[in-house]
Amino acid sequence: MSEEVDHSRRRLLTAATVGTGAIGVAFAAIPFLASWKPSARAKALGAPVEVDASKLEAGQMLKVVWRGQAVFVVRRVKGAVDQLGGHDAMLADPASNDSVQPDYIKSTGAARARNPEYWVGLAVCTHLGCSPLGAFQPNDSFQVAGADLGANWPGGFYCPCHGSKYDLSGRVFKSMPAPKNLTVPPYAIAANARIVIGVDDAPKTVS
Amino acid sequence: MLKASVLIIVGLLGAGTALAEEGEIRLLESGTDIKSTDSLQRGARNFMNYCSGCHSLKYLRYSRLGADLKIPDAEVVKNLIFTGAKPFDEISTAMPADATDWFGKQPPDLTLMASERGVDYIYSYLKSFYIDKTRPFGVNNLYLAGTAMPHVLSSLQGLQKPVYQNEQEHGSAKMVLVGVEAMTPGAMKPEEYDQFVRDIANFLDYAAEPIKATRETMGVFVMLFLLVFFVFAYLLKKEYWKDVH
Amino acid sequence: MAAAPESAGTGKGLIGWIDDRFPLTKLWKEQVAEYYAPKNFNFWYFFGALSLVVLANQLVTGIFLTMSYKPSSAEAFASVQYIMRDVEWGWLIRYMHTTGASAFFIVVYLHMFRALLYGSHRKPRELVWIFGCLIYVLLMAEAFMGYVLPWGNMSYWGAQVIVSLFSSLPIIGGTLVEWIRGDYNIADPTLNRFFALHVAALPLALVFLVVAHLMALHEVGSNNPDGIDIKKYKDDKGHPLDGVPFHPYYTVKDTLGVAGFLLIFAAVIFFAPNFFGLFLESPNFEPANPLQTPPDITPVWYFTPFYAMLRAVPSAFGTQVWGVMVMGAAIVVLFFVPWLDRSPVRSIRYKGPIYKVMLAVFSVSFIILAVCGMKPPSGIYPTLARICTALYFAFFLLMPWYTKFDSVKPVPERVTGHA
Repeated sequence: MSEEVDHSRRRLLTAATVGTGAIGVAFAAIPFLASWKPSARAKALGAPVEVDASKLEAGQMLKVVWRGQAVFVVRRVKGAVDQLGGHDAMLADPASNDSVQPDYIKSTGAARARNPEYWVGLAVCTHLGCSPLGAFQPNDSFQVAGADLGANWPGGFYCPCHGSKYDLSGRVFKSMPAPKNLTVPPYAIAANARIVIGVDDAPKTVS
Repeated sequence: MLKASVLIIVGLLGAGTALAEEGEIRLLESGTDIKSTDSLQRGARNFMNYCSGCHSLKYLRYSRLGADLKIPDAEVVKNLIFTGAKPFDEISTAMPADATDWFGKQPPDLTLMASERGVDYIYSYLKSFYIDKTRPFGVNNLYLAGTAMPHVLSSLQGLQKPVYQNEQEHGSAKMVLVGVEAMTPGAMKPEEYDQFVRDIANFLDYAAEPIKATRETMGVFVMLFLLVFFVFAYLLKKEYWKDVH
Repeated sequence: MAAAPESAGTGKGLIGWIDDRFPLTKLWKEQVAEYYAPKNFNFWYFFGALSLVVLANQLVTGIFLTMSYKPSSAEAFASVQYIMRDVEWGWLIRYMHTTGASAFFIVVYLHMFRALLYGSHRKPRELVWIFGCLIYVLLMAEAFMGYVLPWGNMSYWGAQVIVSLFSSLPIIGGTLVEWIRGDYNIADPTLNRFFALHVAALPLALVFLVVAHLMALHEVGSNNPDGIDIKKYKDDKGHPLDGVPFHPYYTVKDTLGVAGFLLIFAAVIFFAPNFFGLFLESPNFEPANPLQTPPDITPVWYFTPFYAMLRAVPSAFGTQVWGVMVMGAAIVVLFFVPWLDRSPVRSIRYKGPIYKVMLAVFSVSFIILAVCGMKPPSGIYPTLARICTALYFAFFLLMPWYTKFDSVKPVPERVTGHA
């Protein structure tokens, strides 16, 4: 009987065992890693939020919470919407190239909205996350939080923490602490000014 | 010695079970199939229509139900949600939080009932109401004496009456409740009603552990993989231990 | 030779750099690659390594459960359902943990049985045995507290019954129980402190004890089924003739053991995680209800032998403390086994018929006690429990005599057979 060690057989069997074991460990790791993904409850709590904007008057704003963040819904005055293209020189990113928004928002240009009458965007300053204030009246010195926004103020948002200014489409002005325009979340508009924040397409209504 | 011990232990366990049955009525076999999506869908419909008025399933979300039972979200909303809840919400009931004035006892949440009492118990319970004039709702139940629940399904099953048997115990005669039998017919034939409650029991079995069917399927693959690993490990062990004499 | 300029040792590269600062290669060689273990380890020798595997399983799955579990009486039960339903793969992590808890006791009981078979508790391994007994006691505490955490009705009432046992202690009983509970009844403070102990304190202590257990073992070397000392006969390199290096021979063999264990473990997890109401008990699917006791309060299966002993002892002189003392004594007596066993030989293979009979009777009594502990205390069970409690203690308390008077067979000089 041969006493020689069959090294190649040993290598093969070791490789087979270790290989299968490694695959097993990889498969076993999946549940643990995946358990960190948002749970069904997190997804439920982060579900789309419906806003009935039909009750808003022109120039009014409301804030809702979606996924733990405040979202502006502003009903813009007709005149203000028309003037949105007129102050590109004052803006850092007028075409929203460096900012965060869905493609269907970017393509609307200065309006930055699916329906130009309503502007939807996260109430989170892109500097350090404070909640900006609405400062919608254009022109004249408009005092907000003790700051004089100066003449030629086209209307928009003002962040009291470090003074960042945004226009009525959430686009940040030049030389502001904030680097980007206000983020626009995915949203859709269903019938009768029902805005659904958190989805790209409006869910079909069930009769 | 080993055989004798095994026999003793099995005998003891068996003796225990046999003793438990004296004085307890044997449960009916539900014959549910947790893998039957059709049965589960019917059970969900039956539950929502007849049971959810009083009983919540507070650990089960409508959306989970829809996904597992292959019911699209829109249909879930239309046919199964009567409380205005959203699909992501858990199944609650319109029953107020304190209904003890109505029933004497709060209708319990049923999400885990199948794990607690078993699917056969639910099936047997729903089939075994009988008329009892001494009870507030006029019915009692063979498997839960003094139940506070009315016979919600009586229009479907009809009414049953109790069956007593004369039993000798320590020299004195006693009338002991041993079963129920049909008295008046309901809207469903007996087999129809059986299937109706079987579907409810099946659905509650699902509700207690929605992952059950998936885990059993997954288990087969895991076992096969481990078998392969075992074979390699065995051959490897044998190979190395050739060295040792 | 040495590649890295900083490395002054003989090791090359990264390993050499580490070895200069930490005994990595030294530990690997001493504890694994050149730890010579007897070549005749059999089936009973799988369970030490398996205990380590199960311990690792409990630690990892336990940590992940802690990420989603809420240790308050208001939220605990619902958080377990959250894990089972809403957390991705939560159900699997939970079942691995509950099955692992029962697997731990199966493996540990078989591991302890091996010691009784082959005299692994005898000199010079008394400390290995004692560390092991300490691990066993802590494991029981760990499992008891873990069972309370889901805050089901059995969690609550099981805690109520077991904690109340301490009230039978004279004088200090009542205060002690209130101190343990942190409240006038089992309640939120009790749950929260059990959580802290179960998740942090006891696992830490267990890990330390396991390390100590292994260090004590490696200090003297492993026993074997023949109970003889393999270090008596060495080759010219100083290695025991009847020994083989742990790596690769026992790393390979233990891998096979793990594979076999995993097959059974997975079968339970995927096809019968409740294990017929033994691992996950039915009353625990209902939330804790201080107003309604489950019809039969029994501890989980791994405690039922001791529970049966507790119930077997009737109250006397107006106190139940005797049952508590007997139950405690049943565990304490384990620590003394190295000194109770007076046989001139270690292994059952060379002992006479008396030891074999006593061990068999002990094992069967233990199992019968487990069954008694699961049943209501009526019918034949109380009597059976009393008899088996007596037999359990007889195994230990009579051991100094029957091991001395038992016949012995001649012990071989070299081990017989190999794995």
